[in-house]
Amino acid sequence: MALLDIQNLRITYDTPDGVVEAVRNVNLQIDKGETLAIVGESGSGKSQTAFATMGLLPHNAQVSGSIKYQGQEIIGLSHEEMNKLRSNEIAMIFQDPMTSLNPYLRISDQMAETLIYNSPNGKRMKKKDAIAECVRMLEAVKIPNAKNRIHLYPHEFSGGMRQRVMIAMSLLCRPKLLIADEPTTALDVTVQARIMDLLVELQEEFHMAIVLITHNLGIVAGSCERTMVMYKGEVMEQGSTVDIFGKPSHPYTQGLLSAVPRLNQDEERLVTLDRSFETQMAEG
Amino acid sequence: MSTKEPILSVRDMRVEFKIKKQNALPWHQPEILRAVKGVSFDLAEGETLGIVGESGCGKSTLARAIIRMIPSQGGEVFWQGRDLMKMNEKGLLGIRKEIQMIFQDPLASLNPRLTAGQIIAEPLKTHHPSTSKDEVKKQVRELMEKVGLSARMINRYPHEFSGGQCQRIGIARALITNPKLIICDEPVSALDVSVQAQVVNLLMDLQKELGLSLLFIAHDLSVVKHISNRIMVLEFGDIAEIGEAHDVIHNPQSPYTKELINAVPIPDPIAERKRIAERRALEAKA
Repeated sequence: MALLDIQNLRITYDTPDGVVEAVRNVNLQIDKGETLAIVGESGSGKSQTAFATMGLLPHNAQVSGSIKYQGQEIIGLSHEEMNKLRSNEIAMIFQDPMTSLNPYLRISDQMAETLIYNSPNGKRMKKKDAIAECVRMLEAVKIPNAKNRIHLYPHEFSGGMRQRVMIAMSLLCRPKLLIADEPTTALDVTVQARIMDLLVELQEEFHMAIVLITHNLGIVAGSCERTMVMYKGEVMEQGSTVDIFGKPSHPYTQGLLSAVPRLNQDEERLVTLDRSFETQMAEG
Repeated sequence: MSTKEPILSVRDMRVEFKIKKQNALPWHQPEILRAVKGVSFDLAEGETLGIVGESGCGKSTLARAIIRMIPSQGGEVFWQGRDLMKMNEKGLLGIRKEIQMIFQDPLASLNPRLTAGQIIAEPLKTHHPSTSKDEVKKQVRELMEKVGLSARMINRYPHEFSGGQCQRIGIARALITNPKLIICDEPVSALDVSVQAQVVNLLMDLQKELGLSLLFIAHDLSVVKHISNRIMVLEFGDIAEIGEAHDVIHNPQSPYTKELINAVPIPDPIAERKRIAERRALEAKA
């Protein structure tokens, strides 16, 4: 049985301009310990798919289809049941580490909260123990001098360090599935490389499955076994990363791949995405 | 390029910030953070100089200090022979007409309460207040078409545009005073790959058409390389390396430049995995 099994997912919104289909007919499976990349530009529905899995869609979203986590249907779960799943099974890291941390709380307070209310063994953890555990986790994500720095506020960390705090926080309850929504988009290339190395390392250590949502094809090439390409709410193609990059079958994937600026290519003009496939799709 | 008189020369630019030490008490002396440590360079007319480096290396600070958006602690900036650092506010206003800026976050740099047309017209109203309403409108429409926006969108608000379109509004706003130099502070970092290329190409086309000079700040070397004639690599406020774009990328001299180049992911699974394995082996050794 797949760890996560999404069938015919469709997400729609009622807007003054009529019904907008954010996601349609998405099917995806992910097994234990696997890494799947979802790539696509903004508005392609990749984050919507992730939000649906986490039960984080806004109230006016209408969802149909099925999302099964270890055989359990997620769509329609109550708030409490969803919270339980989110605390112990599925975790998520967001794109912007500044807006997803509470600026009024010290890192120690917001991290320990997770363990105090949701410790893995079901009992309430003492604050002192919780903080000790948090320090261990911050060390695992390689924050130097974690013991002292845990008492700082989010604004006292750099962007890369904040993202490490987010990762540490999401790993506290040992999730089996980690959804990383553009975890490195806000970061420098050098920091990005370090964060990706870290994620791969932690994945091996904690045996979790990772869904990596990104528009950066370079990091997908480096660390994901399977890739799914989305465009305008639909899956264009999915398969092994090597196949998709080696011989992309869909014109959108081909266009996306050629639009990535490369260091070793010498043409002066950048290749822009050719959108003529849209008319082909509409006709065919 | 050396035959031409530089349009902008920066000499020994230094910017320092006072920062509070951790757990410092009010009477403790603040620490001095030296963000830019004596940077000098020249920019020729019609040239693009790329500035790259990690966040915190001082690239945005340098750009802001050049146009005196923030105070600097030393150094000289010559704009067409005149020293900007010795100018009064009134003189600066005249210069700012000639030097414009494009910012990283396309949505945050546009006033949400103004329409696209009002945003683009603002610099014109500041620098040429006597322009007639019809003339302003005409110029705004022309510029919108020039940067690839439909003039029909003139009455829309920023939130009704996509990220790439917002950045085009920012470019149009920078162009309306007919500047000679545009400082682009990470103009495409917040954009999708598919949109990035369009905006970079637009900037290159406009540069050719209008003969602009560009200071192009970014952390993504692969983008900087395409647009720049020369590249300057900054490391902790110092110049690590400066040279022709092709030389810096293909024959980097400083170890820091090499590290930056190595961090750019290659969109090819086989090559990229091989490189990551090599990098890890190297780090394990160190």
